[in-house]
Amino acid sequence: MYAEQFQKSLKAVEEAREANIALEPKRMTAQQKEDLLAEFHPDYRKDEFTELKIGPNKGDKVPHELAETLQAHARISAEDVNLENPQYDVDVLIIGGGGAGASAAIEASDAGANVMIVTKLRIGDANTMMAEGGIQAADKPNDSPAIHFVDAFGGGHFAAKRELLRKLVCDAPEAIKWLNELGVEFDKDAEGNMITTHGGGTSRKRMHAAKDYSGAEIMRTLRDEVLNRQIPVVDFTAAVELILDENGKCAGAVLMNMETKELMVARAKTVIIATGGAGRMHYQGFPTSNHYGATADGLVLGYRVGAKLLYAETLQYHPTGAAFPEQIFGALVTEKVRSLGAKLVNANGEVFMHPLETRDVAAASIIRECNARSNGIETGSGLGVWLDTPMIEKIGGEGTIMKRIPAMWRMFDKYGIDIRKEPILVYPTLHYQNGGLDIKEDGETTNIENLFVAGEAVGGIHGRNRLMGNSLLDIIVFGRSAGKNAAQKAKNTQVGTMTLSHIAKFEQEIEDAGIVTDTVSPKLLPSYARK
Amino acid sequence: MENMVNVFLFGKKYQVPDNLTIMRAMEYAGYELVRGCGCRNGFCGACATIYRIAGDRELKACLACQTKVEDNMYVATLPFFPLVKQVYDIETVNTTEQVMMQLYPEIYACVGCNACTKACTQGLNVMQYIAYAQRGDFEACAEESFDCVMCGVCSSRCPAGISHPQVAMLARRINGKYLAPKCGHLEDRVQEIKDGTFTELIEALMQKPVEEMKELYNTREIEK
Ligand SMILES: Cc1cc2nc3c(=O)[nH]c(=O)nc-3n(C[C@H](O)[C@H](O)[C@H](O)COP(=O)(O)OP(=O)(O)OC[C@H]3O[C@@H](n4cnc5c(N)ncnc54)[C@H](O)[C@@H]3O)c2cc1C
Ligand code: SF4
Ligand code: SF4
Ligand code: FES
Repeated sequence: MYAEQFQKSLKAVEEAREANIALEPKRMTAQQKEDLLAEFHPDYRKDEFTELKIGPNKGDKVPHELAETLQAHARISAEDVNLENPQYDVDVLIIGGGGAGASAAIEASDAGANVMIVTKLRIGDANTMMAEGGIQAADKPNDSPAIHFVDAFGGGHFAAKRELLRKLVCDAPEAIKWLNELGVEFDKDAEGNMITTHGGGTSRKRMHAAKDYSGAEIMRTLRDEVLNRQIPVVDFTAAVELILDENGKCAGAVLMNMETKELMVARAKTVIIATGGAGRMHYQGFPTSNHYGATADGLVLGYRVGAKLLYAETLQYHPTGAAFPEQIFGALVTEKVRSLGAKLVNANGEVFMHPLETRDVAAASIIRECNARSNGIETGSGLGVWLDTPMIEKIGGEGTIMKRIPAMWRMFDKYGIDIRKEPILVYPTLHYQNGGLDIKEDGETTNIENLFVAGEAVGGIHGRNRLMGNSLLDIIVFGRSAGKNAAQKAKNTQVGTMTLSHIAKFEQEIEDAGIVTDTVSPKLLPSYARK
Repeated sequence: MENMVNVFLFGKKYQVPDNLTIMRAMEYAGYELVRGCGCRNGFCGACATIYRIAGDRELKACLACQTKVEDNMYVATLPFFPLVKQVYDIETVNTTEQVMMQLYPEIYACVGCNACTKACTQGLNVMQYIAYAQRGDFEACAEESFDCVMCGVCSSRCPAGISHPQVAMLARRINGKYLAPKCGHLEDRVQEIKDGTFTELIEALMQKPVEEMKELYNTREIEK
């Protein structure tokens, strides 16, 4: 139930519902989209970016908050640890226990490597667990990897590294098969055909799902498999610094127990960064849909030893974060709500855009509707527009919501809003890190040997924007391949003499560039305690 | 103005605004959380919590990130619960009801007290899904347990020492891999890709100038 202040607008939405369902809003032209993005998308707000003064991406612009953490002091100095006596000595060290890390671990162990996962919270406390909507793969007869390629390349503004995108789309069906054979329960019809839907920017219905717990279903299955294989998982332990050898190759990491702050050394022949995203950096003050540990640590770890970033300035603001009630402000309302037929409606009950434009366009369009056109609704925590969920039941039949998006229903029901009967209020939320560390097709960074990256910490697979469902896909495709390749590479690797000399070198660069800062990084966790 | 309520975190009293979740109330009180906080949005089960409203007989359980504070709420978080997770090989696992006898025989000691269902933070019918597991009806067990976030609260209340979420996990994997119908078009597509059916198409896209890619993208046909 909504309070009095919402009722007038709510009435307008209800009255227009039948007509709005029938309406097929026009898609924007390429030119209209460009103009909209340039004026309203947060990535284009010049005053929100800082030029990096040091490091491999010197001269590039990134969000203020990211610049601050990239150009910060290390948490440790070389004297704080004894590299002679590593507590852990493995072939493949995986940093991050999300979907990418778990996939890599399973494949590396399959390849016979001695592998270990370290993760900051528990395995599965990760963005992967939260993905609701689904995972793309071109496995239907009317679809093909080539069509998938065009959708993703265009959606990413023609900036993806094509060899990475080729791998993503061509390995996609095999990734789904692998997951299914591990026991992931995809939505299927009685004959076993995958039930698939559109996502923003797709030209074929290729979104596979496990209700709206797609990520959770994938993550818990991968976690169960990691545990079945008895792969060591060191939880509540963060990587705080990478270790190189005398030839500049990656050779391990310094770890920190999150509770006791004890430092430990892990020596490894190859290292995979699978630390995920950065929502908890709250770029431009946006709320976020991400898990508690999404603080861009992997980018910092890589950057300090000289690994290059690609498209670190591009973030994804998911168009539909919850704008009401306050308790779930910023939490994700899955795109599947729109895939199933709900449209975006302004305060006057008008549909103001096609519901399945790409995310960046949709987010910019909502920001324009609220801020430039004053057609938003004041929610108490800011502005928002309606997402007319009851349309879903009208279009798909009664019961569709409980069958296809039970998690969404539950999230709002807790606060007395029944999304089958009442629409919900939404506004963009910081959702995904499009950019990240620059890799080659095999997953190794372009300029630090034996350092691999997989998952949301990678940049370049999607270009400057990512389509829904392509991220769960990339963590599986590139997670698996990083695991295999890192295991293979480890076979022919002898770890040299470990050193942390890069820390002092980086300190010197900070000083030479005249940067004055108290910040230390990686951030590890946001600070939410009231001071 | 914010309305303040009294909450008792591990027995100690704090005043917090009444519109906060328990998790945010802890942060408001000054806690820097490390344990007991994962997704912050009801998916990971890290924030299992038990509470009692002063004067109530009933002890309740919830997810701290999903539950609003109430006046006179006594809160204890349960950031870890020692569940039993049996190790098995999914490739060779027995897919009949005997597997439960082998791995989780304690489910047959269920006394039907329903404490698990009453405690479930997701409102699931936990006792029922355990009953399905006992019978070897893994499809029903999978469906009934699907929304489980593996928080372990049910297990903390079970007199028979059952690790419900692990039992359900096993049932879901068996169902997903062996019992659900196989997907023909998926198998076909994987094979086609192996056979190189799309190689030429893709390689053509690898070479195309961006202007042509734009044209292709902007004029592509979109499935209704
Ligand atoms: C709410 C939500 C919904 C989404 N929905 C979809 C969807 O429908 N479809 C889709 O394709 N994608 C979706 N995404 C995106 C997708 O889920 C993520 O991009 C993807 O799962 C990231 O996987 P990952 O393994 O790279 O990172 P994560 O799953 O985030 O895992 C990273 C892990 O590394 C750990 N870590 C971080 N730093 C350190 C450190 N310094 N030391 C040790 N460990 C560390 C983290 O704690 C975490 O456990 C969604 C994301 C969110 C947040
Ligand atoms: S079944 Fe048990 S573990 Fe699963 S959500 Fe309910 S209480 Fe938590
Ligand atoms: S709490 Fe344990 S004994 Fe009681 S009904 Fe549930 S499973 Fe059975
Ligand atoms: S923090 Fe993940 S369920 Fe509460």
